[in-house]
Amino acid sequence: MADKIFRVNMTDLSTSIEDVPADWAGHGGRGLTSNIVAAEVPPSCHPLGPNNKLIFAPGLLSGTAASNSGRISAGAKSPLTGTIKESNSGGTSAQRLAKIGCKALIIEGQPKDDSWYSLLLTPEGVTISKEEELVGKGNFAVVETVEKRFSDKIGILSIGQGGEMLMTAANISVKDPDSHVRSLGRGGLGAVMGSKKIKFIALDAQDGKVAIADMDAFRAANKIFTKALVDHPVSQALGTYGSNVLVNIINEAGGLPTKNFSAGQFEGHEQISGETMHDIIVERGGKPTHGCHAGCVIKCSQIYNDLKGNYKTSGMEYESIWAMGADCTVDNLDQIAEMDHIMDDIGIDTIETAVAFGVAMEGGVLEFGDSEEMIRILTEEIAKGTALGRVIGNGAGSVGRTYGVTRVPVVKNQAIPAYDPRAIKGIGITYATSTQGADHTMGYTIATEILGVGGTADPLSKEGMVELSRGLQIATAAIDSTGMCLFIAFAALDDGTCLPALIDMLNARFGINLTAEDVTNLGMSILKTEHAFNTAAGFTNLDDRLPEFFATEPVAPHNAVWDFSGEEIDTFWNF
Amino acid sequence: MQVQVKLFAFFRENRFIKEDRELPNGTTAGQVVDELDIDREEVGVLMLNSRHCKFDTVLQEGDIYAIFPVIGGG
Repeated sequence: MADKIFRVNMTDLSTSIEDVPADWAGHGGRGLTSNIVAAEVPPSCHPLGPNNKLIFAPGLLSGTAASNSGRISAGAKSPLTGTIKESNSGGTSAQRLAKIGCKALIIEGQPKDDSWYSLLLTPEGVTISKEEELVGKGNFAVVETVEKRFSDKIGILSIGQGGEMLMTAANISVKDPDSHVRSLGRGGLGAVMGSKKIKFIALDAQDGKVAIADMDAFRAANKIFTKALVDHPVSQALGTYGSNVLVNIINEAGGLPTKNFSAGQFEGHEQISGETMHDIIVERGGKPTHGCHAGCVIKCSQIYNDLKGNYKTSGMEYESIWAMGADCTVDNLDQIAEMDHIMDDIGIDTIETAVAFGVAMEGGVLEFGDSEEMIRILTEEIAKGTALGRVIGNGAGSVGRTYGVTRVPVVKNQAIPAYDPRAIKGIGITYATSTQGADHTMGYTIATEILGVGGTADPLSKEGMVELSRGLQIATAAIDSTGMCLFIAFAALDDGTCLPALIDMLNARFGINLTAEDVTNLGMSILKTEHAFNTAAGFTNLDDRLPEFFATEPVAPHNAVWDFSGEEIDTFWNF
Repeated sequence: MQVQVKLFAFFRENRFIKEDRELPNGTTAGQVVDELDIDREEVGVLMLNSRHCKFDTVLQEGDIYAIFPVIGGG
């Protein structure tokens, strides 16, 4: 069955299934969502109005047996940044969408009344239903109820109270294989889903399968690809300690933003580190190793139990733990796990929300390190939509403006994640030039600057950093189109068999003849398409800048400042 | 001379997290790795006083020396 475009119009509650236009045929994941946004969304539209569109797309290899290919992309104009946005996540939805035969789901328009709706996708099409029972509920109640209505095999995309209340930190939750949730985290796409009045989308693949043009070639390439992933030592460490293994090394390098970016090292780093987390998990009978989707061979996720040995949360990432931990000076993993669980339920981005808390602490709303008050604000203010809850639920920039704080770590109004750009300069280029606001995953220079993967670069030197970020941003845009988890990049950077095998799988899946050069060109074209959308939306090179305080406040222990000139940053786009 | 040595991830197993060690003058970063019976092939990153260093870097009195296996995340 040929893949189709599924379209839903929430203004007149109509649906259609369309052939894939030739221009979109070679795209998947981020490449597809960004091309659809660029083609169909007016750049000047209000992100929460009827003219924005919310697009979901599985990657090109999602739904196949390719290892680590279960990533889904969501795209729209972001209500947080005002730029184009692609957010991606694991979970089961990419595989369900691909098996449904849905190359992309485009949701447009906006209901004229106050009713809430749900969508059900099957290979036959989309059904729109009114939803009442789950309105006002968190994501865990949604998953439990929707599974009862359909089956536990159903894929689910949902929003919590954050998305319903159109908070710009709202994410979209993606059910994982254990009926817990992962998140399409960044950029406030949950608010876009809320603005379309869709509480959840159920994905029933029935017995749908993804067609493979050359199965023998596909299997052979997947074997090589899988071996490259499994053999790489970074994969092995990720399986043991999760991405949180980074707390100690980033702290050691002096780049762990602490106390709302006022220092580069956190006294409590050991208590929130991957090593400590691993020991706690093992001691309480949790799982240090856990995959967010079937077919993942790296398994960086984990099951974290509480003191009594009961399930508390899963999939805690380094960036989430850093944000709630070092940035808010909370040195207690149980409190962090509790907050992670609450934020998953409300459906708000852990990075944006926790960085917003750091700014609120700076502004005197609560004390640094007061995790009890953070938990109270999450449950009593944000989940209930009080005035304070909405100020924090609209992100770090919102808090800074409301309380007159000048140290506000955002680019294009999106919170800067877990690496200080003064002490690790390449990542600052990524934050500044990313088409989507501050986002480490757009061009993960940390691999080279700190971890020594894919070469080395001095993190305190500007030398070669624009080129490093550019190369990685181009490669990332391509990887984000395949449905592959970004963590394949460690093997891809070091093992010469990895990328050719990935390209062989793409060719075998579709019966085409892509070369490595084609893949690079794909990445460049995606970046340029996204950049052109932002330009049309009113962004200029002057928006590709870090907040002023990075240039004026040296950060310990290196006493480094951000010293790139605007002209130097702007050379990023010379390609 | 005295140097503080810090180990991370699985390098800690059957060793230590942090230890002040008495070393002869002129000891290199690599010699400490060897002395701890850590396979150099497994070493990902060495940092001396929060800056990356190499196996042949000579340690100095009062240094803080961190040894990491190959790790990643993000």
